[in-house]
Amino acid sequence: MTKPKDDLSDLTRDLIAVRDRRDRAAFGRLFDYFAPRLKGMMLRSGLRDGQAEDVVQDVMLAVWQKAAQFDPHRAEAAGWIYGIARNRRIDLARRRPITLPEEMPEPESLEPDPAHILALQQEARHLAEALDRLAPEQAEALRAAYFDDISHRRISEVQGLPLGTIKSRIRLGLERLRHELRNIAP
Amino acid sequence: MTEIRHHIPDTVLDAYSAGTLPHAFGVVVAAHLSICDGCRARLAADDMLGGAMLTGLAPAAMQSGARDRALSQLDAPSPPVPRGSGVFPAPVMAELRGQPPRWRMLGGGIRQQILFADQEGSLRLLYIPPGKAVPEHGHRGLELTLVLQGSFSDSEGAFRRGDVEAAHDDIDHQPVAGAGEPCICLAATDAPLRFRAAVPRLLQPLFRI
Repeated sequence: MTKPKDDLSDLTRDLIAVRDRRDRAAFGRLFDYFAPRLKGMMLRSGLRDGQAEDVVQDVMLAVWQKAAQFDPHRAEAAGWIYGIARNRRIDLARRRPITLPEEMPEPESLEPDPAHILALQQEARHLAEALDRLAPEQAEALRAAYFDDISHRRISEVQGLPLGTIKSRIRLGLERLRHELRNIAP
Repeated sequence: MTEIRHHIPDTVLDAYSAGTLPHAFGVVVAAHLSICDGCRARLAADDMLGGAMLTGLAPAAMQSGARDRALSQLDAPSPPVPRGSGVFPAPVMAELRGQPPRWRMLGGGIRQQILFADQEGSLRLLYIPPGKAVPEHGHRGLELTLVLQGSFSDSEGAFRRGDVEAAHDDIDHQPVAGAGEPCICLAATDAPLRFRAAVPRLLQPLFRI
């Protein structure tokens, strides 16, 4: 938890550059930041070094290929990439891959709304700060629940942390943002 | 698009996101997510927490040359993006292997196509003419039904395109298709349906209802 406070939005900016301009330098920065963390995630989930390395390569290639689907009104870079990585890891453990939803196109009329995007970034930053403030054993319990046995993440409570409540709060926050966006959009 | 009123229950969405949902149910959830912005946002919200935790994970050093290896793969052709067709979103088209449904008649104008079945559950498309009732049935465990076209009503309410009914084994429901277009549903069950009327019960082994 040593990252500077502003890099979440830098990462999202890089992901948008990959999406809109196929910017390889931006992709390189995303790789430098995320690949080692994704490898940490894969090692925690029980993969050996070589396999973890291969899965990280797959995930980062998918980030490049799926970038057109990234919508900063809906997600920031870390959450979006986490979702891709989680699905890849789960597919390794399943007989058949997870069925993914169809890509949902943004309405053409919808202009990017910087205020909304910034608000979402801010929510993500608050979340990261809240995680930083957790007692070390709580943070570790949460990491264990999320990363150690990835296919059994059906938990609503982790050692005194109401995970279900935390998730509902995030969901509500984002719902509120989306409604504001919808009211602004033509 | 009309507003979707009946969504995927939290526990089912969590299981989908954790990869623990059997295939038949996973397809229904993915099909709903394909047309429901709200549930998609709920999933994205959960991933935001995962993302915040990912950024806090201790980095593990990548092998030397990993970055160049990644950059060298960027020009490889992307896999095709799955698309839906008509009322069938991409996850349903994948189960149909890109072909239109091949309906089997069940009597009374009701048709079905079984898309998938294993020990953990079965997945079918149902076609119910306007005003027709699906024979009353109970089921063991969970049944997840997504409306793709038209509508149906039962004791739990009215369901239109995009709506999902999650029925547990304590519900005996008798869906009736609404007026207008025929009702087309995608339904997953974790056990064969038990129909109440005598004739459909006899037909059950034959048609694998």
